[in-house]
Amino acid sequence: MTTKLFGTKVARVEDQRFLRGQGRYVDDLLHDDPRLLHAAVLRSPHAHARITDIDVSDVLDVEGVVAVWTHDDLTDAMAEPLPLLIPHPTLTHGRTQYALAKDEVNHVGEAIAFVVAVDRYVAEDAVARIRVTYEHLEPVVGIDAARAATRLVHDDVPGNVGARMEQENGDARAAIADAPHTLVLDLDIERSACTPMEGRGTVARWDPDTSRLTVWSSTQTSTGVRGCVAAKLGLDLAKVDVITPDVGGGFGVKVVHPWPEELLVPLAAKTLGRPVKFTEDRREHFISSAHERAQQHHVEVGFDDAGRVLGLNVEFWHDHGAYTPYGLIVPIITSTQLLGPYKPLNYRVVFESLYTNTVIVTPYRGAGRPQGCFVMERTMDAIAAYLGKDRTEVRSANFIQPDEFPYEHGLIFQDGRELTYDSGDYPASLEKLKALVGWDDFEDFRAEMAAQGRRVGIGLACYVEGTGVGPYEGAHVHVETSGKVKVATGLTTQGQGHQTAFAQIVADTLGVRFEDVEITTGDTRKMPYAVGTFASRAAVMSGSAIHLAALRAKEKALRIAAEALEAAEEDLEIVDGVVSVRGTDASIDLGTVAVLSNPLRYAFDEASKAATQFSVGDPGKPPVAEDDEPGLEGKDFYSPPRSTFANGMHAVIVETDPDTAEITILKYAVVHDCGHLINPMIVEGQIHGGVAQGVGGALYERMAYDESGQLLNASFMDFLMPYASEVPTSIDIDHLETPSPLNPLGIKGAGEAGVIPSAAVFAAAIEDAEGFPITAMPISPSELYALRLSHADPEETS
Amino acid sequence: MKPAPFAYLRPSTLEEALAALAGEQGAKVLAGGQSLVPLLSMRLAAPSMLIDINALPDLGHVTCDEAGVRVGALARHAHVLASTEAAAAQPLVAMALANVAHPTIRNRGTTVGSIVHADAAAEMPMVLRLLEGSVDVASVRGRRTIPAAELFAGPLESTLAHDEIAVEAFFPALAPRAGVAFQEISRRHGDYALVGVAALVELEGDEVVRARLGYLSVSDVPVVVDVSGSLADPAGAALAELEPVDDIHATADYRAHLVRVLTPRVLAAATDHARQRMNA
Repeated sequence: MTTKLFGTKVARVEDQRFLRGQGRYVDDLLHDDPRLLHAAVLRSPHAHARITDIDVSDVLDVEGVVAVWTHDDLTDAMAEPLPLLIPHPTLTHGRTQYALAKDEVNHVGEAIAFVVAVDRYVAEDAVARIRVTYEHLEPVVGIDAARAATRLVHDDVPGNVGARMEQENGDARAAIADAPHTLVLDLDIERSACTPMEGRGTVARWDPDTSRLTVWSSTQTSTGVRGCVAAKLGLDLAKVDVITPDVGGGFGVKVVHPWPEELLVPLAAKTLGRPVKFTEDRREHFISSAHERAQQHHVEVGFDDAGRVLGLNVEFWHDHGAYTPYGLIVPIITSTQLLGPYKPLNYRVVFESLYTNTVIVTPYRGAGRPQGCFVMERTMDAIAAYLGKDRTEVRSANFIQPDEFPYEHGLIFQDGRELTYDSGDYPASLEKLKALVGWDDFEDFRAEMAAQGRRVGIGLACYVEGTGVGPYEGAHVHVETSGKVKVATGLTTQGQGHQTAFAQIVADTLGVRFEDVEITTGDTRKMPYAVGTFASRAAVMSGSAIHLAALRAKEKALRIAAEALEAAEEDLEIVDGVVSVRGTDASIDLGTVAVLSNPLRYAFDEASKAATQFSVGDPGKPPVAEDDEPGLEGKDFYSPPRSTFANGMHAVIVETDPDTAEITILKYAVVHDCGHLINPMIVEGQIHGGVAQGVGGALYERMAYDESGQLLNASFMDFLMPYASEVPTSIDIDHLETPSPLNPLGIKGAGEAGVIPSAAVFAAAIEDAEGFPITAMPISPSELYALRLSHADPEETS
Repeated sequence: MKPAPFAYLRPSTLEEALAALAGEQGAKVLAGGQSLVPLLSMRLAAPSMLIDINALPDLGHVTCDEAGVRVGALARHAHVLASTEAAAAQPLVAMALANVAHPTIRNRGTTVGSIVHADAAAEMPMVLRLLEGSVDVASVRGRRTIPAAELFAGPLESTLAHDEIAVEAFFPALAPRAGVAFQEISRRHGDYALVGVAALVELEGDEVVRARLGYLSVSDVPVVVDVSGSLADPAGAALAELEPVDDIHATADYRAHLVRVLTPRVLAAATDHARQRMNA
């Protein structure tokens, strides 16, 4: 019997390639094609301005420049604003940018002109020669300025409010008014961004003979890009192929589409009849892709003596930047996932999604959850502090209990479905976390450190994450006559290890060798129906679809093999690619079954002779039965009723230097429950990466906009992504496996988990070390020092 | 993020390099490139010509004698850091170099290049200034030695004339009854310091008779303060001469606070170092 691969730590097969520098990314493509042209973009140097004139007359004098586009050169759908991808009834004032700015620019970095030249050097030389005349407008930077609304981002959007949305379960305000205890908190989170190692990139090639466009893009949704490119360029969908090669990280930013360049590169390729490439540089990524996270929250909470939340009323303001291409997904997730594993008896949430003259805000790993988790966990800690209770006790008092699933919150989630948790065991997770981090022994450790003049603190934070959002994914499984299995699924891969994890599923389900399975992702030629890789959905959605498709292939294999072996289907088993009758020597290779599945007129090799017309089949019947198809294949789709909810809890012990206010991580512990684990090593890798990214968001990274809307740290010199030396050298992980009832494999998503509780858990630990409230994140040593001064005992400092 | 067009010259003799530099007003000298190349790529600098001195002979040396450590223009930080003789002759050089960026940058970046780049946040200009070292420069007009006290004119500005190439830096040896120490606080490992402090003390008997402190990142040039007469409050004396400013990583107040935290620590460490050397 083949060893079951599902659930085992199979080493990632893709790493051989990646670690040896053999990955092939968009920028690697066509690099030796002498006809390849390169694009560069003129971007607005101003946060808010009217464009009164664009003079490109000097550009074409630059040797090597082939073409330049401004908005005036765009026609038809290309001249219209970019699509608003996810409309929502409360998004009453949604606005999107043009592929190239028309009349007005609304953030530093907005695309104004597109130059195509023989190389990127020349293209940049040419960009520098374009003269734009601007009429300056006052910029709106930051949530305070947006709320004040003394200036507007868009003249026709009053109050800078794109959307106002309210949801309520029960009567929160009445419950708070009647509660024995109440607290009010004001909390802030700043901007950060995905900053994948590889930025955005697009290559396009137009074949004039077949009128066919091929686009390669570093995207999280090749089918989404395909739809947009076809619509904007006025091409039949069937004439456009979009392929996503290796991608150097996405973390959400690459699910936004179409980027202006994703349309302009294909347009240029089609117009010029030569392949065109655009590879974003790092500064462009900072000022013209997307950010996330900035929100201000005002919380009112009423609770009883046990810390049980009777009423929770949250108002928040979400900075969505200059445009709303991705709708309200981020603030809706914040407003619903804020609840985490808790069940406040009454909950009201209302948010305003606000325009500012800054880069757009779209989902970044965690997608609104880190903010929600920060708010809820700060509230839990505040309740515990107020009541003088252990922080874990207050959380326990509010947990949804294991026998309460499915648990309905009475709210609508980001997918338009009811917010209903499918499964989980939060009390068990908390017990595991306490043991893992040494919660009950911490006061001894604190005393021991204090005796050495050292200051330490501990914090914990809990979250629930809706993963595996719909609408669907599909898979096609094809067994070749060699016995090798080719699998296609449409969502993309940006480093998650899908080749490994999906092959594990196929090997188990179909009964083939892991090495014989090859997975293709993100290629619309192989699977034109797909959604994309985001929202921790790939394993749940494509994993399930691949499982279902493999089952169909297996079903057919058994049917054909039963006939060939003259045995009953139920007596057959498939192991390592061989179908055999249990308990006998009778067997047939899966490759031979594939031969038999496809009646041939022509033999192309020794094996295929067996399928030719004089060798096989009942001469009295059609070679392919009426309701059958040739080939040993299986195709299926998975479309869940709603998201499946993973959960986890993090704890951290930090040391804060009494003199320098530097913050050091001493221990980081994670308990994680994403249902059944396909590959624990990959899940742990996701957690490691998420925690590292979370450390960045909590302690290092921020978007330093000045009042005029200039991003002061648009480089890796000043945007402080943590190095390996800043993240914990070890992360203690324990798993709980509470299966999801919503999919055949009982799995839940794991991609975003590691980053969600970071701001919350670090704020809690620093607060515990310092003894004053931490209400804004991220926090730097300089800020911690300022907080110490503002909370210092005047007697002590005088 | 591609440089503007420039001419490129890779001379094989110093004379050739100097002639080219004298003949091209817009030329820049390329050694390790760790500061210049990013500036080019971001188009913050657009020299008409790069004169790559990496093929010049006899400039990669790190030599030590009783007087001190001589570092050639092509000696990489990593090479200087690895020299046990240099560390013995003037321990502050290695103490500071260990804080210069990361190994990959130290493998390419040159110590002399860093000095003449004259960044007030860089370690080696301040160390040279504290140790009262010097830089030898050459031009078609001849050679001269610029004392460190006269080398730094302003932010990213040295007193080298346009046609001069720095060929060697000289770090004086540590006197027998002296000690040194270095500490800095940076946001991430290897980043430019928020504040960095180096100390050079001299003892007579067990008494500190001379104490000088060097500061990074708290003024627009490397600053050295003589605190021999203010040992009761050396940080206060230093802060009177420093001009910490706010930036996106730290407030001026926090930088001043770090000066107060680091100054006594570094002074004490340098004093201990001097005592250890006397007792050794």
